[in-house]
Amino acid sequence: MAPVSGGGPVAVSPLFASYRLDSSFDEMFDADGQPRPPYRALLARLVDLPIEDMRRRQREADAAFLQQGITFTVYGDKGGTERVFPYDLLPRILTNAEWERISRGLSQRLLALNLFLRDIYGDGRILTEGIVPRELVVTAQHYRREMRGLYHRPDVRISVAGTDLVRLPDGSFSVLEDNLRVPSGVSYMLTNRQITKRVFPQLFTDYEIQPIDHYAQTLLSTLRSLAPNQQASPTIVVLTPGVFNSAYFEHAFLARQMGVELVEGRDLLVHDNIVYMRTTGGLRRVDVIYRRVDDDFLDPLAFRRDSALGVAGLFNAYRAGSVAMANAIGTGVADDKAVYAYVPAIIKFYLSEEPILPNVETYLLGNDSDRAYALEHLSELVVKAVGESGGYGMLIGPHSTTAEREEFRRRIVANPRNYIAQPTLALSRCPSFLDDGIEPRHVDLRPYVLCNGDECTVVPGGLTRVALKRGSLVVNSSQGGGSKDTWVLAE
Amino acid sequence: MLSRVADSFYWMRRYLERAEHSARVLDVHLSLSLDDPTDAVGRTLLSAIGETPVEVGAQAADVVPAEATGRIDPAHRTAVVGFVVAARENARQIREHISSDMWEQLNSMYLELRNIGAVADTDSSAFLRSVIEGTHLFHGISEATLSHGEGWHFMQLGRYIERATVTATMLEDYFGERGNTSFDVRDAGEYVEWVGLLRACAAFEAYCRAHTADVQPQRLAEFLLLNAECPRSVRFAADRIEDSLRAIARGLGRQSTGRPERFAGRLRAALNFGTIDEILEESLIRYVESIRRQCDQIHSALNQTYISYTIEAAIAR
Repeated sequence: MAPVSGGGPVAVSPLFASYRLDSSFDEMFDADGQPRPPYRALLARLVDLPIEDMRRRQREADAAFLQQGITFTVYGDKGGTERVFPYDLLPRILTNAEWERISRGLSQRLLALNLFLRDIYGDGRILTEGIVPRELVVTAQHYRREMRGLYHRPDVRISVAGTDLVRLPDGSFSVLEDNLRVPSGVSYMLTNRQITKRVFPQLFTDYEIQPIDHYAQTLLSTLRSLAPNQQASPTIVVLTPGVFNSAYFEHAFLARQMGVELVEGRDLLVHDNIVYMRTTGGLRRVDVIYRRVDDDFLDPLAFRRDSALGVAGLFNAYRAGSVAMANAIGTGVADDKAVYAYVPAIIKFYLSEEPILPNVETYLLGNDSDRAYALEHLSELVVKAVGESGGYGMLIGPHSTTAEREEFRRRIVANPRNYIAQPTLALSRCPSFLDDGIEPRHVDLRPYVLCNGDECTVVPGGLTRVALKRGSLVVNSSQGGGSKDTWVLAE
Repeated sequence: MLSRVADSFYWMRRYLERAEHSARVLDVHLSLSLDDPTDAVGRTLLSAIGETPVEVGAQAADVVPAEATGRIDPAHRTAVVGFVVAARENARQIREHISSDMWEQLNSMYLELRNIGAVADTDSSAFLRSVIEGTHLFHGISEATLSHGEGWHFMQLGRYIERATVTATMLEDYFGERGNTSFDVRDAGEYVEWVGLLRACAAFEAYCRAHTADVQPQRLAEFLLLNAECPRSVRFAADRIEDSLRAIARGLGRQSTGRPERFAGRLRAALNFGTIDEILEESLIRYVESIRRQCDQIHSALNQTYISYTIEAAIAR
């Protein structure tokens, strides 16, 4: 069967009847409609499958997620706030060579960003030398003045990062954004793999896939290494905002996988600058906190006074060095979307290396010329608020209405520093099973990086998020995206 | 175990016990009011139904629409649903610690009550039965699927402290209204009233096997207070309370006898070695009052020792 090239259908089987290529990079097929080598075995399996068989597997997978209570909460949605994160049956496959580059690129980036944070809260060399404008850093929403001059031992600012990558039409990966505060989604990376193994075990016989199950263990040793005074067996806890948080499932999941206690702010207290948790057997000293609570809410005495999620006095204990936290306070300044534009320069400055993974072209709307250009071209650009994440506070130009654009124009003019613009990217597309067949959908990739002093570990895989709505470019779970298992091949 | 988690175990079970008990009382009231529309007895029993916490009360009111009046007062229905909602909220906080079967049972019970509440013409007794059966099922599932460790013991405490308190309260109200002297049952009406008390405690059949259907208030008081085998008696509850407190202390490696064990031991001894004649000679009312007070004492001591102790106390320990 001769597939049609140049944007045509890929008529390999009835399942693929409505599969059309377009100008974005297709993960499975090359421009001529030929399957790329890593996907050949998968495609061979799929070609023979009746659609009913696919549906059955999809139902099994959905039931498994529901049964295990793998859900997240959507804010600002009245009907049914607890939802299952849609799972897409077909895995995304990355070759070892592709992965090797990603992994090196991410390690390099995180190493540099850790140095950047240490520097800006310390001597500020990079600011003095004018590589990154001082004003940009100190006005960032997540810059924490309280962290000035504060060093830790060991001094790791970002222990856990989830960096979003996108694949552009030429097949190369670029960094879309860094998530350096409390990145979520790793539990889906892990459960997606379990579910795929359960509902589609045959696929695994054709491939040699690098395992990811050691993530929790690696996280645990990363957290251990942060212990003050290099204690041999520190008490580690996961701090969650509580059952109503959108990522509660993940917090509980990670605590269980690591075998540590899952605590809420009200379980902890600080006395004489020492953090304790309240147990039936008395107070137990806590040495390392893997916190999944934002800076703002950590300590009502130091940050937001109205926070009921935090622990009064926690910041003082942290300052005194009696407790370690991952991630450190104030890391959000490094994933500020305006600071993002400077990351390539940051890498060069600290490591004297060229960045392995490039950034996406970014207009800083605080700059007059960038702003003038962006306001002219709003309907082509994606505009993002710099301190936001999760797909909130965003304008997608080509999909926006005039009213939305006017609204953003007004907001940008009122507070230009708060916005950046990027070209609307043609994210790569990957085959997705959608009940009546297989169609391409836009995807991104969020690998999880664990930093341990001078070393970073990137578990081979990540969360591939899928914009399941046809034509949609937004992959965030809070905006109706789904996810799929992500394989990194051994060879 | 985190104190918060232990506290949720305790309250989850305590609210369920309260839901079951309230449903049973309402059921008795329903059948007594068929014989006597004024049903003074039922009213006495109903006063023993506790208060629903305000915030879950509001949630429960959403669940029970106003027009859905069966034959029980919608306010009582709301209260019962409120107890189940409160139990479920506690369970939700500790989903990681209870078995998934337990969570599913409690959740489906909640959903079922919500459905019953939404259907305006369902009769009250179906509603009450599903509360009673649902709590029994939950209890059975807990016994069979949860490790009988610390959390389980906190559940036992919630359950039996509630039961002892409620039985004592009912005896207090019943005898309080009738006075210590009315120990002679002659007319059928009064007989039915006393049986109502036994049935509200799910103890009628057990009483009959022990004493035949010859219901004497004095024997009844003895049975509900001092019987060692009937799971609804105060003594039975006190025995379980002390056992669980000891098990918890042992599990945590506490050497000395703490305040909760001391209070529970004292209550147990009083019920184990007391006789009904002595109790009546003093004053039954005062006796049950003191039981209620002791239950409160155990509850507070439990709380101060394991849940909300002061930092100073914990550091001195």
